[in-house]
Amino acid sequence: MSGYRTAQGGRVDRARTHRFRFDGVDYEGLAGDTLASALLANGVHLVGRSFKYHRPRGIVTAGAEEPNALVTVRRDAARETPNLRATQVELYDGLEAHSQNRWPSLWFDVGRANDVLSPVFPAGFYYKTFMWPRAAWAALYEPMIRRAAGLGRAPSQPDPDRYVQRYAHCDVLVVGAGPAGLAAALAAAAGGARVILADEQAEPGGSLLDGCPVSIDGEMADAWLAWSLAELAGNPRVRVMPRTTAFGYFPHNNLGLVERLTDHLADPAAGRARERLWQVRAREVVLATGAIEQPLVFPGNDRPGVMLAGAARSYLGRYGVRAGTRAVVVTTTDGAYRAALELAKGGIAIAAIADLRAGMPGAAADAARDAGIEILAGATVRGTGGGLRVSRIDIDGRRLACDLVLMSAGHVPAVHLFSQSRGRLTWSDAARSFVPSQPAERAHPAGAARGVFGLAAALADGAAAGLAAARGSGHPAPAMRFEVSGGERLPDAAGVAAAMPAGRGSKAFVDFQNDVTARDLALASREGFRSIEHVKRYTTAGMATDQGKTSSLNVLAIVAGQLGRAIPDVGHTTFRMPYTPVSFGSLAGLARGALFDPVRTTPMHEPAVRRGAVFEDVGQWKRARYFPRAGEDMRAAVARECRAVRAGAGVFDASTLGKIAVCGPGAGEFLNRLYVNDFSGLAPGRSRYGILLRDDGFVYDDGVIARLAPDRFHVTTTTGGAARVLAMMEDYRQTEWTDLEVWLTSVTEQWAVIAVQGPLARQVLTPLVQGIDLQPAALPHMAVAEGRVAGAPGLLFRVSFTGELGYEINVPADHGRSVWEAVCEAGTAAGITPYGTETMHVLRAEKGYIIVGQDTDGTATPLDAGLGWAIGRKKPDFVGKRSLERASMQSPDRRQLVGLRTLDAGTVLEEGAQVVETPGQATPMKVIGHVTSSYASATLGHSIALAMVAGGRAREGATLYVPMPAGEVPVTVTRPVFYDPEGARLHA
Amino acid sequence: MLLIHCPYCGERPEIEFSYGGQAHLARPARPEELSDDDWAAYLYLRDNPRGLHAERWRHVRGCGRFFNALRDTTSDRFAGTYKVGERAP
Repeated sequence: MSGYRTAQGGRVDRARTHRFRFDGVDYEGLAGDTLASALLANGVHLVGRSFKYHRPRGIVTAGAEEPNALVTVRRDAARETPNLRATQVELYDGLEAHSQNRWPSLWFDVGRANDVLSPVFPAGFYYKTFMWPRAAWAALYEPMIRRAAGLGRAPSQPDPDRYVQRYAHCDVLVVGAGPAGLAAALAAAAGGARVILADEQAEPGGSLLDGCPVSIDGEMADAWLAWSLAELAGNPRVRVMPRTTAFGYFPHNNLGLVERLTDHLADPAAGRARERLWQVRAREVVLATGAIEQPLVFPGNDRPGVMLAGAARSYLGRYGVRAGTRAVVVTTTDGAYRAALELAKGGIAIAAIADLRAGMPGAAADAARDAGIEILAGATVRGTGGGLRVSRIDIDGRRLACDLVLMSAGHVPAVHLFSQSRGRLTWSDAARSFVPSQPAERAHPAGAARGVFGLAAALADGAAAGLAAARGSGHPAPAMRFEVSGGERLPDAAGVAAAMPAGRGSKAFVDFQNDVTARDLALASREGFRSIEHVKRYTTAGMATDQGKTSSLNVLAIVAGQLGRAIPDVGHTTFRMPYTPVSFGSLAGLARGALFDPVRTTPMHEPAVRRGAVFEDVGQWKRARYFPRAGEDMRAAVARECRAVRAGAGVFDASTLGKIAVCGPGAGEFLNRLYVNDFSGLAPGRSRYGILLRDDGFVYDDGVIARLAPDRFHVTTTTGGAARVLAMMEDYRQTEWTDLEVWLTSVTEQWAVIAVQGPLARQVLTPLVQGIDLQPAALPHMAVAEGRVAGAPGLLFRVSFTGELGYEINVPADHGRSVWEAVCEAGTAAGITPYGTETMHVLRAEKGYIIVGQDTDGTATPLDAGLGWAIGRKKPDFVGKRSLERASMQSPDRRQLVGLRTLDAGTVLEEGAQVVETPGQATPMKVIGHVTSSYASATLGHSIALAMVAGGRAREGATLYVPMPAGEVPVTVTRPVFYDPEGARLHA
Repeated sequence: MLLIHCPYCGERPEIEFSYGGQAHLARPARPEELSDDDWAAYLYLRDNPRGLHAERWRHVRGCGRFFNALRDTTSDRFAGTYKVGERAP
């Protein structure tokens, strides 16, 4: 083992060695290490290249706030996770990790040229430079910039891991298991509350894990930690969740947690979920999220080997790792003096402490001086030296040799979750930070998360928050007190320091992850940006994946300085979820592949599969599109199916049509008010084509409405419209027409519908039908009768969406398959042919029957669609009537449904193509319409199309043009009915 | 995710509900007597308050009933929910 690991101490297991590989080099670490601590134990600081300038970067922190040490962890080709913080990656035996954003290697990176050229890459550079020519942005600039600047690469293979999700409810959710969080959980549990304690680290304890030389209630800190965890574990009403990040605080105390289950394991069991997403609804929330140490802004502050003072102390105390051999401490707070003393005790030589504050600190400095550490008061850092690792720091006129620079601007409360919940932040002079003030939810910030620093204070504050939360959830608890003795050592408040001026050619970084320098912020101010939100967007400070956890305070201080305003007046930017990045896998959970969306199949699905049907998705439904025979493509199959229906008989599965039973004494009046049609004269046993508008007058849905009894209607809707039509009906029934007694029931899935269409349809059905007279006089077009078909009880509609003699058999869904097979059997002699939706579309288009949503688009009135005949003119009112009466809705210039015929019979127009009046127009052309439906018609021997064309009906016979990439297609305007315009076949 | 109190079923998570827009907009009994402008106002003009808003919700994946709610549009806090036909609390 290297000389960077101490002989003893820390929470690593020195008996268990883990081998790991970083950028192809093999190293060894210990169980309990993070990737970052293991690399430092091997003397490795250089772990990545920066986002924009490709500068060498090292490990800065020891936690979730890490801006630099982003790595890709690879298990296999499909399990490659980019952008993980090495400070949070738990080491396991055989771990393989890679650095990012470097080429060809981390040590030699050609992208470094960006750094040399940096005078031409100031803030807003991309906005200013890559504006012209416009087309080059998508083709050239953006791909180039994205390749050069960036983080890890997204894996290219589907994620093979399993992710699960759970909901949970509790009285008190405590986020963060540091001293304040533990105290809160203990206090709330004492009151009998159901408690969830979540912590992002592998081990609960927070700062107690760093080896505090203090005692709590007479026990050493780590013994007290073990006692409190055992106490919580023994309480069945408490759930302690390590490796669980609370990443989002949503309305009404709903928090999103992601629990990492297997990422720390060398060999996770197959099939075990990798992560579990928790949606927790808590009555009360305690936010004990701690505080984040802030770096200082000085030239060369991003060189590998420059890290936070508290991080170095964590590595020493928790992992037994010395981050270097000879350190210079740069600080604006007293806390760093204590850190320096502990590090000196741990074997890191402290060359000097440079205090950037003007005045001399008191007791803290004395202790350091007594320990023989040189103190440079009122110092200014001029720069750092060294290539891929810091080797010196220049302070005022002196060059100090070192391999570690430790910086501290104090700690800023982690207010992310509190702010996400829309709680208000106010500036605290004591904490020199924004701290939580007015909560918007039942939230209780506690400890360092609200600027209450120091172990004793944090424990007391946590206990008080736990007590308040328990009481708020109806579990009053006794007050809890913790006695702290010994040299207390917890984060102290931020010491805001103005940015060090950066000399020419050197950079003082504020946001490490997005490569934003103090000079960029100054430039933004000079260019007139005043709002902190605008400065953020212009310079991208705080917009990286770490969301500015280590830059927020310095950005504020520098901008405030530039603007000559106080920090509280500048304000802060908005905190957004997630606190740290969350995998898409967790958010998706099991909703992938076949479970992404339910699949709906009809009772006749299996027979269609056996017949070799090609299916299409219509909403969630699988519908047979056509039934190809050997050697047939779609066009051939559809042509054959069309001819069969026109010449003999076809059978079609129409079960997906929406069906709503409308019953009750008010049913007739209800439909009369809703649909454009007049149903008052509709006798039982008859049906009518109904059109439903919205109140703005535009077509919403259509279908056949049958009256089965005076108070019983069977309403069909389009396949895709079933749910929204029922919702619209319920809306009017419940909230507008409460005078009507009506019941609405969805019966879409209760009825199987088999359409038998064609001149031989009656002949096919006659032997199958009992109790219904099929003769035209008894069952004319649009009649409906109850009886039995192939032994099943059902409804027989005489309706047609093909223009042929046709029937639709409705039988209970359980009978659908047997009746379908009976119909096919009975029709063998007549050559009955199953046909699919594509054929159905062609057949209906030949007749000019519209499909709502294809030929109409939410801006078509029934008049536009040529359906004016259906409107019940004598009705005083129906939904949409008033809108239809507006003059503009009756204008002859509106787009109207017409037919189009191409001069060349073989040319099939493209659906969605535009229609223009004159040929040879320059773009942008004056568009007067668009093609809505277009097919090759085998029956007619030429192509047909439906279109919505301005003033279309008056243009019958005119020639218009459809401009296409290969040239304009001249078309003739016709009526939309191409086949059997008299309807003789329909009434056969 | 909001927690919404259905007056018929009690507190349920937001995913069980659908939003129904501004409440207390009665469809005119005689639309034909309205001017085009008044009809357009009924169709399209809606309040967009900062603060309390009376709005419709439907417990569509529950009891199916419409009801009204008073919600603060800035905080998403519900001042109360009530049945159709009842006065706002």
